[in-house]
Amino acid sequence: MSGNLTKVVLLHLAVLVALFAGQFFASDYAVLTLTRIMVLAVYAVGYNFLFGYTGLLSLGHAMFFATGLYVAAIGTTRAGLSVPAAFAMAIVIGFVVSLVMGAIILRATGVAFMIVTLMFSQAAFLTVLYFGEFTRGDEGIVIPDAIRSFIFLGVPVDLTSEVLRYNMALAILGCAVALTLVLVRSRFGHVLIAIRENENRTAMLGYDVARYKLIAFVISGMLSAVSGATYALMFAYAGSTLASIQYSIHPLLWTLLGGASTVLGPVLGTALMFLLVDFASSFTNANLLMVGAVLILLVLFFPKGIIGTLRQRYVPWLP
Amino acid sequence: MTALLETRGLSRSFGGLIAVSEVDFTLMAGEVRAVIGPNGAGKTTFVSLIAGRVPPSSGIVLFEGEDITRLPAFRRVRRGIAYTFQITSIYANLSVSENVELAAHQSGAAGSRAALEHVGLADRAQQIAGTLSYGHQRLLEVAMGLALHPKLLILDEPTQGLSDAEIANFIELVRGLSRDTTVLLIEHNMPVVMDLAHRITVFDRGAILAEGSPGEIRADPAVQTAYLGSADA
Amino acid sequence: MSFFPHLLLALLEGTVAAAVLALSALGLSLVFGVMRVVNVAHGEFFMLGAMLAWWTAKTVPGGPLAGFVAALIVAPAAVGLLAFLTERLLLRRINYDPEATIVATIGLLFVVQQLALSVFGADAKPVAAPFTYRIVFPWFGYSGYKLFVVVASAAILLGVWWVLARTRYGLIMRVTQFDRETATAFGIPVHQVYAAVFVAGAALVAVAAVLIVPIQQAHYLMGLDPLLMSFIVVIVGGLGSIKGSVIAALVIGMADGIISVFFSPTLASILATLLVALVLVVRPQGLYGAPIR
Repeated sequence: MSGNLTKVVLLHLAVLVALFAGQFFASDYAVLTLTRIMVLAVYAVGYNFLFGYTGLLSLGHAMFFATGLYVAAIGTTRAGLSVPAAFAMAIVIGFVVSLVMGAIILRATGVAFMIVTLMFSQAAFLTVLYFGEFTRGDEGIVIPDAIRSFIFLGVPVDLTSEVLRYNMALAILGCAVALTLVLVRSRFGHVLIAIRENENRTAMLGYDVARYKLIAFVISGMLSAVSGATYALMFAYAGSTLASIQYSIHPLLWTLLGGASTVLGPVLGTALMFLLVDFASSFTNANLLMVGAVLILLVLFFPKGIIGTLRQRYVPWLP
Repeated sequence: MTALLETRGLSRSFGGLIAVSEVDFTLMAGEVRAVIGPNGAGKTTFVSLIAGRVPPSSGIVLFEGEDITRLPAFRRVRRGIAYTFQITSIYANLSVSENVELAAHQSGAAGSRAALEHVGLADRAQQIAGTLSYGHQRLLEVAMGLALHPKLLILDEPTQGLSDAEIANFIELVRGLSRDTTVLLIEHNMPVVMDLAHRITVFDRGAILAEGSPGEIRADPAVQTAYLGSADA
Repeated sequence: MSFFPHLLLALLEGTVAAAVLALSALGLSLVFGVMRVVNVAHGEFFMLGAMLAWWTAKTVPGGPLAGFVAALIVAPAAVGLLAFLTERLLLRRINYDPEATIVATIGLLFVVQQLALSVFGADAKPVAAPFTYRIVFPWFGYSGYKLFVVVASAAILLGVWWVLARTRYGLIMRVTQFDRETATAFGIPVHQVYAAVFVAGAALVAVAAVLIVPIQQAHYLMGLDPLLMSFIVVIVGGLGSIKGSVIAALVIGMADGIISVFFSPTLASILATLLVALVLVVRPQGLYGAPIR
């Protein structure tokens, strides 16, 4: 098994190194796009933890992304928090919200679970609109550049710099990937997979299934909140569309495309989807059509996504 | 000596249907107890009540003298009650060894290997569980039960669907097990029951009709009318 | 206006809302109940029905009434055809797997929405009611057409109930709902039943759209609200229970109407969605549904 471990670690490191090297060869536009992709890939990775590995299909993860997003945005613009403080706050509140929502939502199972996540997320979205004086609705909050330059532990940090943003996003993504890798290969991860495969059996083997699900839910929610907070702080914007149902469907789509229940799948899926939309928008305005068509094709022909299919056919040791 | 398992007044109804009615049941450690009875007599419901898969409508369940009635199923497993499903429930997409490793919490790889050897599946450790023959899947379930090191192993119709050779194998397996583990099994296969069981409990319409040694049960006229007479091929 | 007239208005609005809800949800309830799949594109079927109603009214000469009647034929037929194709080409191939169906119908949602945008444009399209009749209360006037919608809705609900409870088709559907495998064993062509139910569900929601569009306007994004509200009604009322859906529609519609009049529509929506979530958490099978097997 340790032979596999080396292969696995090397592969994932290679991907991260490739991403690091990429910034030296890519155009400015590509660097900006890649930064965005990496930040959102964290969201997808977080989503996949719950969807791919634990087998719970949430249609409402936008509420966690939005939690991080708005805590960071409102924290810096209205509560006078510094960027690091706002980021930390977003993680803490992301944790609390995931915990509370998880405790409630996980009491539902199957289709009911999916609908409940959808409903709570929609309620959160409407709440964002309802409290428009704080959230500025779909116009959104813009974080001024001045706030995004700060001193952290004596080091000056300027979030308006593309180079810095790229590498920070890469670092955060790297952490997310590493965390998922470690967890998935651990006993904890194996139990999650067991829950996904046969929940009744897992309970009858003495596992506290409810607790495992809740922990997975919280990890998933927190990663999503981290992604949201990073997004707000790096791209200086928090608007209500980022809390809408569309943003709950996105990570599902990205994960399915890249391959659910694989560690790198969500990252690949996010990147590919961006590329597809970019490519398509050069000759049509019909982005939604592309997204919809891709979803349908995936479900029909590639339910395991790209990396999932790869793993099934050629590379069985991929986590 | 305290009974390993005891139920008092245990009942369960589903809407208007009374599945289990006021059952007082005692099981001593080291026994092999068979639960028999016609279809719909409440055997699986009774055993599900013990395992914690179904909450009782009334009554209590005592394990090693402690009231476990309110305990959820997974905690009962940790206390030492293992249950194998009537309809085989394994992880079809995982390998045989991965299946058993999930059951062997503390004992890890060594414990799971021992369990597999016990049932005779050690050479199939890497095979994907879903590709096993039905008989082997049943054995895998038993192995998973064993890997839990239970004090009480509940087997729900374990020989159903097995060939004669597999059944003979199974009888040997359980006989060996019963030295360390108390076994409670639901069975329709009368030769298996007569061969293995120390004592037999007969269920009929949600209640215990008779209880005794195999000889006593075979001779009991009420049991014969309710069950044995029609089941004897 | 003082309180009582406000309340009367709220009750009227609530009743109309309930009727609209019940009708929109009916199709989803049938599909959900019999096939156990969630059609996330349900709202888009509604939107299509509304768009077609507008287009028919524009194209058919002879005034709003003629347009209305024509739409009642065109919309269900077209939407039903789309549903048929979806069932044949998509749902059947994924074997009605619940998760895959949700994802696939989300894809369908996007495709239909985009097509509507491209074909019909992004502006809101008003459709004239087939007749105008103003019921004059001492304090305000109220649209007679809205009350007609209530009556029509009740009639359709009763009709569907009658088919389910009293005809052979209904029996077949209920058997298939109860246990797909047993139904097959009895020689019931489950695939055909599913196709019929899916098409019927789509046709019903298209009819609902034709009835409702004179009250709202047709817009390519209008599908989301009926989708959510239909979910709410079906889940809270319970899977496969038409009675449950109607009761849930009444409760939610009335609450929605009243809160909308006295407070704000956004708040009403927030409360409605939270209500659904909480009901589901406490009672996953809804108010009247059978416990999940």
